Amino acid sequence: MEQGKEAIKPLSVKYIADMPYKYHAGYYYSRFLRELRDNKRIVGVKCPKCGKVYVPPRIVCRDCFVKMEDFVPVSDKGTLLAFTVTNFSYVDTTIGEPKKIPFTAAFIKLDGADSNIVHRLEETDEKKIKAGMRLQAVFSDNRTGDYFHDIDHFRIIKDM
Amino acid sequence: MKRRVGIVGVGQTHHRSKNTDCNGQELISIAVKMALENAELTMADIDAIVIGNMDHFESINYVDMWSVDGSGGYMKPIMKVTTGGTTGSAIGHAGFYHAASGLFDTVLVIGWEQNSESDTTAAISTCFDPITEREYSAGAIGPLAAHYIAYMSKYAATEEDAALVSVRDHNNAALYNPYAHLRQTIAVEDVMRSAYISYPIKLLDMCPRTDGACAVIFASEKKARKITERPAWILGVGDCHILVHLADGIGLANLPSLEIAAREAYEMAGITDPFNQIDVAELYIPASTAGVSWMEALGLCEEGGGPRLIRSGVTNMGGKLPINPSGGVLATNPIGATGLLRIGEAALQVMGKAEKKQVEGAKVAVATGFGGCFWSDVTVLSSLPGLD
Amino acid sequence: MEKVGIIGVAQTKYQRYNPASHAESAYEVTSKSLEDAGLTIDDIDNTITVCNDFWDGRTISSMTITEATGSHKSPTTNVEGDGTYGALMGLMRLLSGLHEITLVVAQSKISEGIPSVITNAIFDPIYERMLGLDAINSAALQMRSYMSKYGVTEEQCAKVSVKNHKNAKANPYAHLAMDITVEDVLKSRVLADPIKLLDTSPISDGACAIIMARERTAKRKHGKPIWIKGVGHCADAYHLGDRDLAEVDALASAAKRAYKMAGIRSPLKQVHVAEVYDAFSYMELMWMEGLGLCGRGKAGAMVDSGLTEMGGALPINPSGGVLSAHAVQVAGLARIAETVLQLRGEAGDRQVDGASTALAHGIEGACGQGHCVFILGK
Repeated sequence: MEQGKEAIKPLSVKYIADMPYKYHAGYYYSRFLRELRDNKRIVGVKCPKCGKVYVPPRIVCRDCFVKMEDFVPVSDKGTLLAFTVTNFSYVDTTIGEPKKIPFTAAFIKLDGADSNIVHRLEETDEKKIKAGMRLQAVFSDNRTGDYFHDIDHFRIIKDM
Repeated sequence: MKRRVGIVGVGQTHHRSKNTDCNGQELISIAVKMALENAELTMADIDAIVIGNMDHFESINYVDMWSVDGSGGYMKPIMKVTTGGTTGSAIGHAGFYHAASGLFDTVLVIGWEQNSESDTTAAISTCFDPITEREYSAGAIGPLAAHYIAYMSKYAATEEDAALVSVRDHNNAALYNPYAHLRQTIAVEDVMRSAYISYPIKLLDMCPRTDGACAVIFASEKKARKITERPAWILGVGDCHILVHLADGIGLANLPSLEIAAREAYEMAGITDPFNQIDVAELYIPASTAGVSWMEALGLCEEGGGPRLIRSGVTNMGGKLPINPSGGVLATNPIGATGLLRIGEAALQVMGKAEKKQVEGAKVAVATGFGGCFWSDVTVLSSLPGLD
Repeated sequence: MEKVGIIGVAQTKYQRYNPASHAESAYEVTSKSLEDAGLTIDDIDNTITVCNDFWDGRTISSMTITEATGSHKSPTTNVEGDGTYGALMGLMRLLSGLHEITLVVAQSKISEGIPSVITNAIFDPIYERMLGLDAINSAALQMRSYMSKYGVTEEQCAKVSVKNHKNAKANPYAHLAMDITVEDVLKSRVLADPIKLLDTSPISDGACAIIMARERTAKRKHGKPIWIKGVGHCADAYHLGDRDLAEVDALASAAKRAYKMAGIRSPLKQVHVAEVYDAFSYMELMWMEGLGLCGRGKAGAMVDSGLTEMGGALPINPSGGVLSAHAVQVAGLARIAETVLQLRGEAGDRQVDGASTALAHGIEGACGQGHCVFILGK
């Protein structure tokens, strides 16, 4: 019998597994998603101790470590803090298909919120985007409370 | 610190983009054998094992159990620690604590990854909240790119500053590190001409996907002194996992987790003047842009001083504080191992065993880890058991 | 080993579908365990989280609960293994002298994913996965091995299920508290012969937290610290074919180490209550043997004798065990939490009177490849 590594031509084995998950949104995200779907409204939650407003809402204030229960609406307008235009594709694990490129990820501070969100910016030419721009949320016509899709994207507010 | 702990051996594989000639277990065993040889020990001398990687890259659940054939862990105490990108440094710290606790004397720590086995960015993207953040966060690359936009907007930093970091790390790997994955000699123009993968990060600004493994052996003081004349003493450790929501980390121009972890590690080690007290640094810089914007968090320069530091050349080989003589993460990135490689490379430096990468007379080194939601780990190592 | 005491514990009620998110459950046990210990989050100087990427359906699963556990406020790491391993990591951080008080939080929501797919991923991708192995049918292989080698019967295994589900009635946290008979177990639906539905643990969502402190701090902060007397962990070979599935050598090795540290020479006499990881009914018998409570192959007879029942000489799983509540990764930490309550005398209707030394056990991997054993004392 042939011996040694030279006698072997390496093989590889393909493994594809469907790993479905049903993520439990939890109480806070459930409220957030319902407000988007039913009231076209973005809500955050306010810390009873320091007054910070967190969007998306969550159970505990990061600084004070107290439970938050006070839901408050925040604006659908905000400021662009940072962005990137992604130009390479990879599998979107939510749908199992490659992502459509290019897409612009926008990191946004909504007016009234003390924490930030990430969403899609319509504009994909980086030369036309600058940190500090003002943005407006554009809601979907068909809102289902599924993921963050009820806001379809953000657009840059052009100066009048 | 009740019990001193030192690193007595380091091993790693020849990192490649695709290791077609060995499976994961075999990859691990190569690094383990080299570390044991490096320390002149056998598997019988190992009291406990800590292993880490990121599950979804190889799609193996309970890797601590799966790896037994490769880690030599049959009938030994084994534990898995994983924290995302910081896994490598987290397992290093876990190994340190295993020995510092007094429960185990000689601890083998293994970090590994077969990145070629999966779609890396897709896997990383699953770390972000599925409902509010996953959709538009392109793995590790998108967030890092956006982070630099915030830094460039606040301070006068440019893409060229980042390119200098890329040139430094790639050329170090080419010149000094036979184990590195990417060994290319490049110039700033090459970086600036490479395509944008996620603006402003270009192809040559970004770390590769690598298959590789690293093994590091930690020992309690008494054992360490018997094993080797010059252990790399662990003087300080700090871990800081500060955020959950990615967007909160991007709004900031700096890296608070690195600042906090560094402060903890420096305090433990007795470092009060990092720029002058540290001889060499192996930093987890996953994108060249980070090599500009994160320097101030380590206390190596003033706020906004990243560009000045990089342009001055002090961080190049031969400079006052060489960073990444091994080529760092930009040259080699088997994610579960990457943070451990930083600790291992820093250890080799202060042990005087870094061969071609050796920074002459290096006595104090710092190693960092980065990952997750802008989390950081910091380790301070020295050939001296104490800085005083 | 320096004395380290557990001064706070908390668990959620285990249930099939807990609408709370990972963070919300983690916050519940974090705040409750702090309350139990009489501390605030600022007293905690390091945190260990226990999360698994596969069960949680995301990479870096510990990221979901970072803020909810306050682990953004102190040095922290994540152990991906059973909760007992997380507790061990927390213990080591304290023994190093670099920290004073550790919080350990484990959580999982098994109802979110598909357990058979997730546990299929435990097995070797090249040689074993395509056989369709998962937690249940691999356990079936082990149960068959064990019964064939030692003549243990399905009835003896069923008795464990009857005992534990009944014990669960006294545990307000338990998921499946029920009055069943051996007949019920034997007639229940076969999942993978010889494993039947009532031999199997449920799919549970849950979380658990414990707080431990170094001796001086533990004594100062809490009236009844429960001391960690000994700990050991060990892993067997990986491929099922490389092991004798009917044997428990890795557990014996882990237990030996823990017993030695705790000064236990005769566990049957010196341990008063034990919480072991009975993911399947037959496992409780095998673990009894690995823990040296009886000789190899003799656990069936010991179960027949009633020794491990409530009121017996060494009650096992007064909480109802993992057969009554199985949030994977959490269940081992829950075993520690339950034994702490026992030793404090706060176990309510499931209290084992006069218990002053307890054993808590967790497993890792397929068919109990890895084991971690804790000995606790007053």
